Amino acid sequence: MTRVLIVDDHRLFRSGVRAELGDSIQVVGEAEDVETAVKAIAELAPDVVLLDVHMPGGGGQEVLRRVLGAGSQVRFLALSVSDAAEDVIGVIRGGARGYVTKNISGTELTDAIRRVADGDAVFSPRLAGFVLDAFASSEAPSIDPELDSLTQREREVLRLIARGYAYKEIAKELFISVKTVETHVSSVLRKLQLSNRHELSRWATARRLV
Amino acid sequence: MADQKILAQAGGDAPYRRMMRPMEGRLLGGVAQGLAAQLKLDPVVIRLMFVLLSVVGGVGGVAYAALWMITPRVPYEGQPPQRDWSQLAAFSAIGVALFAFGWLTGASQGGIAILPFAVVGIGALILWQQADPERRRSWVSGATKSIRKNRVRTLLGIALVVIGAAGFLAAQGELSAAKPGLMFTIVVVGGLAVIAAPWLAGLWKELQLERRDRIRSEERAEVAAMVHDSVLHTLTLIQRVAHDPREVTRLARAQERDLRNWLYQPAQDADATLAAAVRRIAAEEEDAHGVPIEVVCVGDIELDSAGKLGAMLKASRQSMVNAAKYSGSPSISVYAEVEGEEATIFVKDRGKGFDLDAVPLDRMGIRESIIGRMERHGGAARVRTEPGEGTEVMLTMKVERQ
Repeated sequence: MTRVLIVDDHRLFRSGVRAELGDSIQVVGEAEDVETAVKAIAELAPDVVLLDVHMPGGGGQEVLRRVLGAGSQVRFLALSVSDAAEDVIGVIRGGARGYVTKNISGTELTDAIRRVADGDAVFSPRLAGFVLDAFASSEAPSIDPELDSLTQREREVLRLIARGYAYKEIAKELFISVKTVETHVSSVLRKLQLSNRHELSRWATARRLV
Repeated sequence: MADQKILAQAGGDAPYRRMMRPMEGRLLGGVAQGLAAQLKLDPVVIRLMFVLLSVVGGVGGVAYAALWMITPRVPYEGQPPQRDWSQLAAFSAIGVALFAFGWLTGASQGGIAILPFAVVGIGALILWQQADPERRRSWVSGATKSIRKNRVRTLLGIALVVIGAAGFLAAQGELSAAKPGLMFTIVVVGGLAVIAAPWLAGLWKELQLERRDRIRSEERAEVAAMVHDSVLHTLTLIQRVAHDPREVTRLARAQERDLRNWLYQPAQDADATLAAAVRRIAAEEEDAHGVPIEVVCVGDIELDSAGKLGAMLKASRQSMVNAAKYSGSPSISVYAEVEGEEATIFVKDRGKGFDLDAVPLDRMGIRESIIGRMERHGGAARVRTEPGEGTEVMLTMKVERQ
């Protein structure tokens, strides 16, 4: 049973998510702002935190900074109505292991939570598109070639995610296992978080499109 | 002067209103203010007029006194309000300066040398008073406060004025008329500047604050209008069609898209680039068929004049229509990518799919509108589908980067 904490400033949305999550998920608590979230994470030690991006007191990024900065190993899945590149890239670089938008279905969300709990990454089509775009627009010489560019395979996986393929469909399409797909996505996540390419942030700011 | 607006309004009701002298906001006897209300002018104009007329032959003083005697006072309960001494001081200073200057140059006998000073003085004071009464009141209180605080500066200013006058008197006998006049003017202006500096600084700050407030309130009004016109409207519509889940979804999606565009997307020409055009088409088809279409775009290119991309867009629209109408899929994914010299659009659904070979030859949707159209324009279309596996249409087109 995966233990989940829901952090969102909209009560209506919290109860909606709670009702939608499958039986394999146990919601251990809710928090409505940065302060209560940080406290609840310390007290309840959930497996996965469903984190809203826009919240009073600094938003999801502030929660990430304070919790992960203190050395916690808790995993975050960002859940937001915003599709703005700044927000998406911001929380991923802040340490979230995935980003999904709030219009995601209950089963998909359950799936995503399970995946994050297992240590994998969750990319929505939109996030995959952002990453492809950000890494494609690299004109400046990279500092660390391993971190600063995507492999052909990773690019293929991301493109399929952007096209709306599920992991299982991607595996089938590329003749690889679902586990391998997950490995590729996790590797992209790592690059996204660790790459020093300053263009990443600049790209996200410049591209204030959805 | 704070009640200038109210006075004007009250007076507006009666066709023949009598001129009154208000107590509130008066500087001397309230004559200028009453006259201003009567003539629907800013009191500062009247006050400056009186000052000028007083300097030029003293007519102003006489007129003021006469008006003061014949004009009744506005009834006022309780303690009469404080005069705004700082303003009065400003007017007096200007009056004294003009008088001294006029006396010196002989301009008071009709010379035109007085004009620049009059213009500058009137301009400055009109600027200073061109504000609504509320704000001016706050300025004035700020200014008087700061004058009280900056007593040294005020004293210094007054001292300069006095020294200037004394210096002039001493020099008068020896120097030619022009030189001390110039000096005197400099000194007087300097003195006035020192007196007025805190005012002007406060005024500038207030103006900045006011500007910011105005921008903020304009933004708020825009948000309110947006929420009212679209969001509330949509919510009302949704309540009325609550029995039809498809229509509810369609309305909610359309509203969401509107709001997102408004929040995140800079205004762009929907027909200028490929990505923008794909988004627009997806939005239109989503609206028409009530099936959510998720669009992801990577890279972008301007639409070509030869119409190759236009044909591609038409084919993509047909693919979306097919998916929305026939697949039964709860949502459709559209992915548009421009990489290097190739533009690609994928339209994917998770619907029931079909057997491509079994499609009758006369069904024009796929064969003509999608595959045929792409090929005629030098592109290619591929359809991947199987019964139960959903459908994906892939459109590719070579493009040239300008």
